[in-house]
Amino acid sequence: MSIWQPKEETMPREELTKLQSERLVAQVKRMYEKVELFRKRMDEAGLKPEDIHGVEDLHKLPFSYKQDLRDYYPYGLFAVPMKDIKRVHASSGTTGKQIVVGYTDADLDMWANCFARALAATGADENSFVHVGYGLGLFTGGFGAHDGAVKMGATAIPISAGNTQRQIQTMIDFGSTVLCCTPSYAMYLGESIEEQGLTDKLSLKAGIFGAEPWTEEMRRQIEEKLRLKAYDIYGLSEIMGPGVSYECEYQCGMHVCEDHFIPEIIDPDTCEVLPAGAQGELVFTTITKEGFPLIRYRTRDICSLNYEKCKCGRTHVRMNKPQGRTDDMLIIRGVNVFPSQIEEVLLKIGGDITPNYQIVVDRKNNTDTFDVNVEMSEQMFSDGVRGIEAVERRITEALKSTLGIAPKVNLVNPKSITRSEGKAKRVIDNRKLK
Amino acid sequence: MRIKQLSIFVENKTGRLHSIIDALSKANVNLRALSIADTTDFGILRVIVDDSDAAKAVLSEIGVISKITDVIAVKIDDKTGGLASVLDTLSDSGIFIEYMYAFLGREAGRALMVLKSSDDDAAAAALTAAGIALTEQSEI
Repeated sequence: MSIWQPKEETMPREELTKLQSERLVAQVKRMYEKVELFRKRMDEAGLKPEDIHGVEDLHKLPFSYKQDLRDYYPYGLFAVPMKDIKRVHASSGTTGKQIVVGYTDADLDMWANCFARALAATGADENSFVHVGYGLGLFTGGFGAHDGAVKMGATAIPISAGNTQRQIQTMIDFGSTVLCCTPSYAMYLGESIEEQGLTDKLSLKAGIFGAEPWTEEMRRQIEEKLRLKAYDIYGLSEIMGPGVSYECEYQCGMHVCEDHFIPEIIDPDTCEVLPAGAQGELVFTTITKEGFPLIRYRTRDICSLNYEKCKCGRTHVRMNKPQGRTDDMLIIRGVNVFPSQIEEVLLKIGGDITPNYQIVVDRKNNTDTFDVNVEMSEQMFSDGVRGIEAVERRITEALKSTLGIAPKVNLVNPKSITRSEGKAKRVIDNRKLK
Repeated sequence: MRIKQLSIFVENKTGRLHSIIDALSKANVNLRALSIADTTDFGILRVIVDDSDAAKAVLSEIGVISKITDVIAVKIDDKTGGLASVLDTLSDSGIFIEYMYAFLGREAGRALMVLKSSDDDAAAAALTAAGIALTEQSEI
């Protein structure tokens, strides 16, 4: 398999550390000047940009959090004037308010290169046909994959998400060789193709699947159904989008694009940096991003880092698939859902709706099921079926418009939601992903 | 001219109906009539009992929501066309029926029809004017 940017990707550790240090020092200096919140946090910590000499001082820097993006919504954390922001993307936040991220020309170029690295690691090149089945829109998945394919010089097929029949037809007619979409959708496509007996007509060689948790068993099934090699990819809008890290052909963790993002693993309670190999919360520092840089961003994802040299020749550290979250965020059909959002929506509907709810997530036929049970109250109950169905519908629609994904709402008896030590159990996740 | 009906919310789960009926039975509540409206997600159990307040209290104890509503119970002669004349009267008065169900009264030769309409006052007046007898709570 070829390496897209061999100089950066195979840079000896010593040299890489030096490069990271230079970039970190410059980034801290620039952010101190341009980003009010960062300057405030530095001042509170009694730090000046001059105190940061390199990556060895990284641990001294203040953390940043998802809440910051909401507090400074929409553009308050950008480090360049808006005229230099060439594109924005957004993703859902915990309170129903989306978070916004922005990119300069250089940022978009860097991102495209990072995704191209992921593509190259699957064996893709300028002769490939990259089928972009992630949604092309404010969601970073679609444009990330698309720009990566264009950067590589491959033929991009920006079909976006949905319309399975058209996806299949296009894949066959256009000769797609690399499929980029969520793993659950890949599975669904694979099943549909199998049912229609079209497997032999596919030209797929590789698939890059991310944006939601998936298992080795799913990988095996996707590979069997679509007759391709399935690769994992990781990213988050706050840091960039898909391509922050990606798997190489040895599939022993995802290589982090360390020339742009420095990962750390910390103990989420004490905030101490943990030694290599230890499992903890993943924290990222963007050292080249111009538009929307972040220092020590708490991803809430739990994983570990492996600095051993990989057989593929890349020197960049590998992170394993996130093993969970330090907060209660759920990823349902690729969409981030926080239990607090549900409570907030129920309270906002107000009137007679009780905020006593329980989320039940499961995976059936490889698709996530999403149920929200809401306790019934005397006021919500009426003698007529239509009245109660209207209540259910009102809740479903309010949740859908906030979450971007429609749950199945079930009204249940009062006090029937399990309470342990007075605290209701809000989430039951029956998906077996470990 | 109304009788009390107890409408009970039934979750769509195995054993729910049983636990409701069981609780009523243990509290010595006698069921006179019963009907279930069901959807794929939940049901509404409507019952006429001898003591609605007691029944509601018992259900509340086991965490089941119910509501006492007033409904009309029409006495219908046990012969062909008995119900048709009731419906004719309501239809002529422009009254819609939301639901109805029949049960046997204590009076021989007559069935009782519980009905909930778009306007129960107007329905009661129209039926009475047409000479159709309504049941009193005391007759249940």
